Amino acid sequence: MDTAATPHPNYLKDGYGLKSWLLTKDHKRIGLLYLLSVSAFFVLGAVFAGLIRLELMTPAGDLVESDVYNKIFTMHGVIMVFFFLIPAIPAVLGNFLVPLMIGAKDLAFPRINLLSWYVYTIGGIFTLWALVNGGVDTGWTFYTPYSSAFSNSNVALVVVGIFINGFSSILTGLNFIVTIHKMRAPGMTWFRLPLFIWAHYATALIMVLGTPVIAITLVMVAAERLLHLGIFDPKLGGDPVLFQHLFWFYSHPAVYIMILPAMGVMSELVAAFSRKRIFGYEVVAFSSLAIAVVGFLVWGHHMFVSSQSVYAAMAFSLLSFLVAIPSAIKVFNWSATLFKGSISFEAPMIYVFGFIGLFLIGGLTGLFLAALAVDVHVTDTYFVVAHFHYIMVGGTIMMYLGGLHYWWPKIFGKLYHDGLARVSGIVIFIGFNLTFFPQFIVGYLGMPRRYHAYPPEFQLWNILSSAGAVILAIGYAMPTFYLLYSLVKGRPAPANPWGAKGLEWETPSPPPTHNFEAAPVVTEPPYNYAK
Amino acid sequence: MAPQVDALYFFLVALTAFFTLLISGFVVYFAIKYRRRAKDETGVPIHGNLRLEITWTVIPLIIVLFIFGWSAKLFFTMARPPADTLDVYVVGKQWMWKFQHPDGHAEVNELHVPVGTSVKLTMTSQDVIHDVYIPDFRVKADVLPGRYTHMWFKATKPGRYRLFCAEYCGTNHSGMVGWVVVQERAEYQQWLAGGAGSGTMAQTGERLFKDLSCITCHKEDTTGRGPTLIGLYGKAVTLDDGNTVEADEGYLRESIVNPRARMVTGFQPIMPTFQGLISEEGLLQLIEYIKSLKATPSNATGVTAAPAAAAATPEKK
Repeated sequence: MDTAATPHPNYLKDGYGLKSWLLTKDHKRIGLLYLLSVSAFFVLGAVFAGLIRLELMTPAGDLVESDVYNKIFTMHGVIMVFFFLIPAIPAVLGNFLVPLMIGAKDLAFPRINLLSWYVYTIGGIFTLWALVNGGVDTGWTFYTPYSSAFSNSNVALVVVGIFINGFSSILTGLNFIVTIHKMRAPGMTWFRLPLFIWAHYATALIMVLGTPVIAITLVMVAAERLLHLGIFDPKLGGDPVLFQHLFWFYSHPAVYIMILPAMGVMSELVAAFSRKRIFGYEVVAFSSLAIAVVGFLVWGHHMFVSSQSVYAAMAFSLLSFLVAIPSAIKVFNWSATLFKGSISFEAPMIYVFGFIGLFLIGGLTGLFLAALAVDVHVTDTYFVVAHFHYIMVGGTIMMYLGGLHYWWPKIFGKLYHDGLARVSGIVIFIGFNLTFFPQFIVGYLGMPRRYHAYPPEFQLWNILSSAGAVILAIGYAMPTFYLLYSLVKGRPAPANPWGAKGLEWETPSPPPTHNFEAAPVVTEPPYNYAK
Repeated sequence: MAPQVDALYFFLVALTAFFTLLISGFVVYFAIKYRRRAKDETGVPIHGNLRLEITWTVIPLIIVLFIFGWSAKLFFTMARPPADTLDVYVVGKQWMWKFQHPDGHAEVNELHVPVGTSVKLTMTSQDVIHDVYIPDFRVKADVLPGRYTHMWFKATKPGRYRLFCAEYCGTNHSGMVGWVVVQERAEYQQWLAGGAGSGTMAQTGERLFKDLSCITCHKEDTTGRGPTLIGLYGKAVTLDDGNTVEADEGYLRESIVNPRARMVTGFQPIMPTFQGLISEEGLLQLIEYIKSLKATPSNATGVTAAPAAAAATPEKK
């Protein structure tokens, strides 16, 4: 192996016992701990998704009881949002790459980083405990007063689980902000930072500023439920709509916690596989910050039919249209980067094309929902379900997997089968569209979301969607096999298999425990392909 | 409204198709044209182009502002019911819809309305949040516990149209569905004539008003211990903190279930709460009765002529 000549072992060989992993302070190992737990939650969430699609094959609610179905879609949402999509890219790839990309030995607070994984795991265990203890049936949105006064399910336990889990987000965000400010290598100025770092910086800001709001909101739900404090239940003098304001104040920015890191991965991949500097680097960097800031001002667009005033609705509608602009700018800049590039089509690039396709449709259908008069008709229908799956799930998973493929050789020092990886990217793209595109149509036709049984005229679209889910499942399962196979039989990866730029490619694969043999000094702009 | 909503919808579909094809087209074209031909080839270093950045910021900005203007204007019309509407009262509960017509007709999970008439729904929930959604009319509004929300529509063709609960409300959420039955006017009149039970909503409200002894304090003249309710509906009321509030349905409801929340100036806080003592239907009947107390207090039918438009509150959507 390449690393044979180096005086330090690579981080994977720096200790073998369980203790060396569970008590590690190495950001790379913690990233892998997250990879394991996040993957486990993804599989669990996907099983629930499969059950939903199976039930909806027929209009009658004949597979499971209504209560069971309601618990299934709730657990799907809770697990996928809080335990997969939010931590996926920042906690796995971000953890692994932020120090490497800025030329640091580790994150600023390695112990806090390890703590964040434990907090995440404890929160997850709480949620799973609630799951085996009868589950929860409020939907992942926990709308009051249903959640606080009416639901007979295990709301308090799940809410506590998410509350605990929120701290892992806050800790990770804090760690990233301090690390990016204080630990950049000599010469690594702000405008030499990879766009992945800019995106994670913007994400970290949202994590730190937004997560406490959802935490305290969920505490209030638990307080009303357990202590009958009148906060949201009108019978106790509360205001049920107040909950929605507080909930979406975090949960809309949470969408940007999911998609901004994906955008960061996207920028890295487009640059690497075009061998070219990202077109309009500064514009792309600042658009991340613009999204983070404006993203805090659009929560009311989830509430256009909630009894919100007409004028508030108009303000939120306008702001929602404006937040679309920085995303559009990013798409234009990525596309323009391809112009006069040297484009190759290894697996990560296939995911890049998939991302562009899904993100375009997901983003543009957001305009339908920002448009007040149209939103009234399609909100709370499958149109919304389709839209947010395209953005949050399509966008995030395409780049989570794209990034995982891109940095896999760096993380494990092994090469996987590129042909299979490309096929899986294509299968996921086809499966995803077949699953979710029919949901736009059935939503426009009027099928409400969270329906256990539905009128027979909607069946065709539901069958198409369920068929798509089968293809999608195959696409998601494939990487598990060839990636794990590569760990056993894969060829060793060189330090820089793609001929890419960036500090992470200047250290061996896998990197030594302290990342670099000699402290790196940066002397050139980012993505400096043509010298 | 449905055709106008659809016009905007299909404009957005066309826009989405156009931009998806345009950008995908560029991406595919670039990907083929600039594919890597030599192993160590690199791309041409291009840093960016300010003029291009401005162009593709300003053009989308103009487009979204145009869509915003179009949709907001339409939304504004959709949110404001016309002055003269046929009023229907809706109470949602887990998991059924109850509709009350001012003449006393009550229905469950089925709403009869005449064609070509603007119908205004005043809605509340007995328990959790529900949502009335009639896809064919492109209308939807949440139904909240503890307050009234409104929605209006004008059906243009007779027929049966699906009505869904669109806000998740628990176990049988997907069973909380019904039909809007739109009838020709003559047919509707016939349906109305088919027995309205025990009097109009206002008459039932008047009975409640006596049974609950409201009448001991709220008298027809100003001698009562509580303010008179004659001509109160839609009027501005001065509160004990000096603010004024319009006596709309929401204020009347609040004053019954939580009288001390916003006290009328000059009166003692002696009224007990009626929360839990009156059903949501009863509250609506009482309010109907109070609405009917105009110059001639015994007139218990003049509902549709009430100044509904003036009662527009920020709560309405």
